[in-house]
Amino acid sequence: MSKHFLSGNDAFAYGIRLARPKVISAYPITPQTIVVERLSEMVEDKSLDSQFIHVESEHSAMSCAMGASSVGARTFTATSSQGLLYMAECLTYASGGRFPIVMMNANRSTALPWNIYGDQRDSLSLLDSGWIQAYAENAQEALDLALLSYYVAEHKEVQTPFMANLDGFVLTHTYEVVDVPTQEQADEFLPPYETDNKMDLQNPRNLAFSAGPATNTAFKYKEHNGLLNAKKIISEAETRFNEIFGRQYTGLIEKYKSDDADYIIITLGSISGLVKQTVDELREQGEKVGLVRIRYMRPFPNEEISQAVQNAKAAAVLEKDISFGNEGTVYTNVNSALKKFGVEVPVSNYIGGLGGRNISEVEIKTIFSSLKTNPSGVNFLGIGVNDSE
Amino acid sequence: MKEILWHGRGGQGAFTAAKLLGAAFALRDDKSFALAFPSFGPERRGAPIRAFTKLDNKPIGNRSEIEKADYSIFLDDTLLVSSSLDELKGNGKIIVNTKQSFDDERIIAVDADSLAEKVLKRPITNTILLGAFSAVSGEVEISDIENAIKLYMPQKLHAKNIEAVEQASRLFKEVK
Repeated sequence: MSKHFLSGNDAFAYGIRLARPKVISAYPITPQTIVVERLSEMVEDKSLDSQFIHVESEHSAMSCAMGASSVGARTFTATSSQGLLYMAECLTYASGGRFPIVMMNANRSTALPWNIYGDQRDSLSLLDSGWIQAYAENAQEALDLALLSYYVAEHKEVQTPFMANLDGFVLTHTYEVVDVPTQEQADEFLPPYETDNKMDLQNPRNLAFSAGPATNTAFKYKEHNGLLNAKKIISEAETRFNEIFGRQYTGLIEKYKSDDADYIIITLGSISGLVKQTVDELREQGEKVGLVRIRYMRPFPNEEISQAVQNAKAAAVLEKDISFGNEGTVYTNVNSALKKFGVEVPVSNYIGGLGGRNISEVEIKTIFSSLKTNPSGVNFLGIGVNDSE
Repeated sequence: MKEILWHGRGGQGAFTAAKLLGAAFALRDDKSFALAFPSFGPERRGAPIRAFTKLDNKPIGNRSEIEKADYSIFLDDTLLVSSSLDELKGNGKIIVNTKQSFDDERIIAVDADSLAEKVLKRPITNTILLGAFSAVSGEVEISDIENAIKLYMPQKLHAKNIEAVEQASRLFKEVK
């Protein structure tokens, strides 16, 4: 391994190069552009042996990726925001066709009002598209997810496409130290992609077919199971990853000082770094606070979150998302998990960071202190609105 | 944590300096961490921009823009205004590329333009101010900055910029 000073986009591109995709199809969009720019440079300077296809739209990017995957090629694409939404039609084709494409999504606000800055409404609005969804905290995790994603997606028990999410700008455009593994290590972790789910003249089969009312449910059930199986395979992949690279990840969630915490913030993505720092500071003052970081939104960590917060006095879900007319989508998912496992800890919802609005340390402290008094409702950080009825 | 705020105009290399400083600091050993980022958004040559470097001996979780800096560095003195002092922490300092002198011990003037003309033969002062920062703050060694230049600048720029950093550091020490 060697240490480099890289942005999240750079780090992800380095990780993808180590994964040796055979086909990359992409259309540039801020703040994703740099990851595909870097990969095109790597193909140009021959440090990556891959077909780079600059398509004319995101819809084509995903269609092209499916075509490549359907002949057994390891495939990569990347997008963001409106690009992801334009691609949405193709997402269910990829997941239903069981094509284990890896896509990086640079989380960015969706229009209107037009905005290029980071929030997570783009990917969270597509939770039901049948893709695995992971959220990175920092550039190191971004690079590592590039490798882990193929291991999980291509596993025979999973066969599901994988969306790795990086917060736009605060992660994609922020430079930090990253350990870049060697190609030998990466090859040991990730052998070439092999699958039966491909067009093959020696072994002809039907791919990407129709299924009528009589059989459709069975296919959807299998798809659902592929995602559920990913839980086990993520854990297996992380164990193997640690053996080779010496970094241990923690499955669907990361618990940070939450085991004995009275008050817990549940969140996802790069804002977790600030929450960790605030937890450390408040712990020094004797406050029993902690963080539960959701690493995977699909498959969803129902049991893990329930166990992590069951002994707390209160918890808050902090997310860069709002499902208009209801509440934050992560909050909905967390509440459903707690209900299923009979956990009756009060949980409030904080909507922050929309359109790239800064979330400050003071705001994190305010969330923790609000949990002591009256945790309730849907709160919009920065504009002083509490939606509780 | 030390927080360094960079002020420049699009094209002057403020973000490159912010990044080089982060790399110089963070790559020197396993106990040093840095974040570097520009003010996000569309870029325009000539428009005022800011860039940020955070240095610490532990991983840095706060990715927010710097509000109060230990050092605020100006590549262009037309951007320096009286309220610039409000961006400093209690004992913070401004380092500014200028031919003027200031009657305020918080403001350190460096004639980086003249040095750039001499060494680089073009009016780019970002690595010169990096050298001045090293001399003033002691936060990074000149050798660490040279390492970052070799890693992250195009090769044809290495020799001149390393020379610029060294001369800036020396020039500053003489001024002091």
